[in-house]
Amino acid sequence: MSLVEHSACELLELLAKGDATSVEITRAYLDRIEAHDKQIGAFLHVDADAALKQAAEVDRRRQAGEALGKLAGMPVAVKDLLCDRDAPTTCASQMLKAFRPPYDSTVVAKLKAADAVLIGRTNMDEFAMGGSTENSSFQLTRNPWDHDRVPGGSSGGAAACVAADMAPLSVGTDTGGSIRQPAGLCGVVGLKPTYGRVSRFGLVAFASSLDQVGPLARSTKDAALLLEVLAGHDPQDATSLDTEVPQYSTSIDRPLEGLRLGVVREHFAEGLDGEVETAVRDAIGVYQSLGATVKEISLPHSKYAVATYYVIAPSEASSNLARFDGVHYGHRTDRAALLEELAAERKQLEAAGDQAAIDALDSSLVRMYRKSRAEGFGSEVKRRIMLGAYALSAGYYDAYYLKALKVRRLIRQDFDAAFEEVDLIAGPVTAQPAFKIGEMADDPLAMYLVDLYTVSANLAGLPGISVPCGISSTGLPIGLQLQARPLAEETLLRGAHMFEQATDWSNGRPPAQKKLRLPANHANKRE
Amino acid sequence: MPNSYTTIIGLEVHVQLATDSKLFCGCSTQFGAEPNTQTCPVCIGMPGSLPVMNRLAYDLSLKTAVALNCEIPEFTKWDRKQYYYPDLPKGYQISQFDLPMSASGYLEIHDEKDRFEPKRIRITRAHLEEDAGKSVHDEQSGTADSEIDLNRTGTPLLEIVSEPDMRSSDEARAYLSELKLLLTYLGVSDCNMQEGSLRVDANVNLHIDTDDGKIATPIVEIKNLNSFRAVERAIDYEAGRQFGIWQETGQKLGESPKQTRGWDDTAGITRGQRSKEESSDYRYFPDPDLVPIIVTPGQVQEVKDSLIELPADLRLRLTNELGLSAYDAEVLVNQGREVVDYFLKVVELCNDAKAACNWVTQEILRVLKEREITIGEFSITAVGLAGLVQAIAEKKLPKTRAKDAFELMMAEGIDIANAIERLGIEQVDESELESLCQELLDANPKIVADVQSGKHQAVGALIGQAKKKNPNVDPGRVREICLKLAQQG
Repeated sequence: MSLVEHSACELLELLAKGDATSVEITRAYLDRIEAHDKQIGAFLHVDADAALKQAAEVDRRRQAGEALGKLAGMPVAVKDLLCDRDAPTTCASQMLKAFRPPYDSTVVAKLKAADAVLIGRTNMDEFAMGGSTENSSFQLTRNPWDHDRVPGGSSGGAAACVAADMAPLSVGTDTGGSIRQPAGLCGVVGLKPTYGRVSRFGLVAFASSLDQVGPLARSTKDAALLLEVLAGHDPQDATSLDTEVPQYSTSIDRPLEGLRLGVVREHFAEGLDGEVETAVRDAIGVYQSLGATVKEISLPHSKYAVATYYVIAPSEASSNLARFDGVHYGHRTDRAALLEELAAERKQLEAAGDQAAIDALDSSLVRMYRKSRAEGFGSEVKRRIMLGAYALSAGYYDAYYLKALKVRRLIRQDFDAAFEEVDLIAGPVTAQPAFKIGEMADDPLAMYLVDLYTVSANLAGLPGISVPCGISSTGLPIGLQLQARPLAEETLLRGAHMFEQATDWSNGRPPAQKKLRLPANHANKRE
Repeated sequence: MPNSYTTIIGLEVHVQLATDSKLFCGCSTQFGAEPNTQTCPVCIGMPGSLPVMNRLAYDLSLKTAVALNCEIPEFTKWDRKQYYYPDLPKGYQISQFDLPMSASGYLEIHDEKDRFEPKRIRITRAHLEEDAGKSVHDEQSGTADSEIDLNRTGTPLLEIVSEPDMRSSDEARAYLSELKLLLTYLGVSDCNMQEGSLRVDANVNLHIDTDDGKIATPIVEIKNLNSFRAVERAIDYEAGRQFGIWQETGQKLGESPKQTRGWDDTAGITRGQRSKEESSDYRYFPDPDLVPIIVTPGQVQEVKDSLIELPADLRLRLTNELGLSAYDAEVLVNQGREVVDYFLKVVELCNDAKAACNWVTQEILRVLKEREITIGEFSITAVGLAGLVQAIAEKKLPKTRAKDAFELMMAEGIDIANAIERLGIEQVDESELESLCQELLDANPKIVADVQSGKHQAVGALIGQAKKKNPNVDPGRVREICLKLAQQG
């Protein structure tokens, strides 16, 4: 067994016992990236030297008997929108191609404090807007299970790198499903914590009231371990929750007694793929066989979730992305070309004697804003900025944004009522397994519906997890989504772990991977 | 018949709160530092950064709102006011829109010269917001490049909006003076207009009486008002200008959009301003990065209870309890709390409010003004001045020498006993004084005769002579004794 096939928990054990060094593990993953990421495209930046240096430093400190953090020597991949001091943080956008934040996000700071080895920055939909990672302005990421298919998104790189054994742990963000959906499509575990459980400080915001950082891993236990490191109150984030962080990775082994599992009537409606439905129903059967009682529940307002989400998220995005105007942050258009363009327009208008048009001509500042933003943002980002700016406009605010906030409250109330009767809600992550690259490129609305089952948790602020629960006839992974009460990540993880233990789905590996040549010199010493 | 009109004025005042750090980060608010040295990822809107409210700024604004008799809602929140401008790095300003931290207050104003009746100016609302940065336009270099200083970005401002309740530039000035005094007493702002700690925008229009009834002209917002004097002049100018425009065009309120004009202090006129690179639609919405503030009635009551004596109450105390004239009370209170405290201390020690007030308002304020110093820097302490007042009352110091003593105490920093000694002032014994007077009367029989025939003023000539013989004599006493002796004689 190669080092890269171990779970993070196993690797930590090897490190602790001295059976492997962080340099060996890091090099194994770097080699794997080197060998396969040209095909997959999960990473935007890999600084191998820096990672190895970090790993060597942890090894040295371990040798010296120094106290080490919880993830000491463990490679972790980070989605490219969490600020890492002096390192690229591009949000997969031309806009931030050259951005090097002068500070660490709280999440990155926590990883560094836990002595994790930051192995690389993962690809994503530009500014986390999308569900396929096709909106990255730098590269495609391919689904390791089928290279013609998308890995999901927006944390597509984060899911793909774990699925392809290029990182044992990875950090993503989830605004409407951006951790759970790619985890589901790539056959890995992805958890979106309760809103406020993990600090958003240093997370380049898409939709501030929905964004949440969370772990992606090959197993629930690995995800629990990473969440333990990421979670916690941050005085730098006013929306962060000031509650104790449980030892998720310890409590996860205790199965839930007398689990009451809710199944949402509205989830099994038109549009759900038959194989996905079967896999999810089978998963519910597994819970029943483990002693859980299953109860059908209703989330009557869930049918408005996508519409509500696509008012609130773009509204916040339109505001959050206003700072990328070429003055302080982001790409700035070429000055000489701009001035030339304006002069030419003026000359033309003067020749035509059109004084009104001359008076209405952009100032160089306004034209700089316009051109910089036109050049820096991709089309999906522009579409959402326009949607949001429209929804917040005077005269439309009440009909759109305010109405959406009200529906959002109703959605939360639906969940509150449901969680009076059940401990976990089970259902699909997506209606279908991974779709083909380009399949939905011309149909943004169809793409928005990909979030159907996941956006509610963001709107309600609840934790949700995606765990593998099947393989389609086309050989693609299918995910099971579990949702829990706010701050019930422990219940969520224990519930997911029960299923994982009782089934074999989490051990599934992309078939393509089996053909891949593994680095020969990284065989497990125990073999 | 010419149309008469009334000027309708509402004022928006931005006050920089006296916090050490900014509204949403820990950066210093100190004025005058090198450009862009008091910044951090939060106040420059760095991608990923998040604001966290400075509690002190909220507490200061709560104190102010309570002092302005505002209602304090239990729930208040933050909103984003969105527009593009180079000195606004996030592309939005964090402010308060529909649920401000306070509303519906008032401030009483009056005029010491009684040019208008005392009146109550209603406060629409007071809300907290962050300041923007400063654009520095370099017109010299010819490149028309602008530079931006973000030191000021994120500084806490309290915007106090009045109802259009003022009817003259005098009233506007009185409102601003009273507001500034209140803020200074509360210690919530240094109100330094030069450093931008207090900024005023005036909304002005006219109500014109016509044969068809009263009509209102379009409202004009005047900006760039850098002193109270500028506010007065701009309002007067604008009233005349608007009347002229109305006579020309007959344009009424609602027939043209609200206009913004800038005051040109040198030219003494307002000029139409090119609207900013922004529409009037700020697309306000609640800032999802911040949590609402909940204030209980108990917390508001606590602030009310802990409020210091405000200028209006202080004036009342000075007139009602200490017997000062309304004018004197006004002069003292307007000097600020430190001068009032100095005065009160003197009164406490010498128990003569009238005398203490005269010294403070006539002598000390003159000196402070001439030397441009504060009462704290003034060399005679309250104890010292009380000693002076007491020495006069106890006749240890003739009134005629009091000013000499004051000057000496001020110059040398010595107490009254020392000053009396240094001036060679000695108390003249009563019998000594009587023999001196008798001596003078004996030498001037004509004066004695005049007095006896009823011309009491004749003794005046003797007072000067007495002072020549002994500079320490009290002229009043000399007069009294001479009259008595002459009449006896």
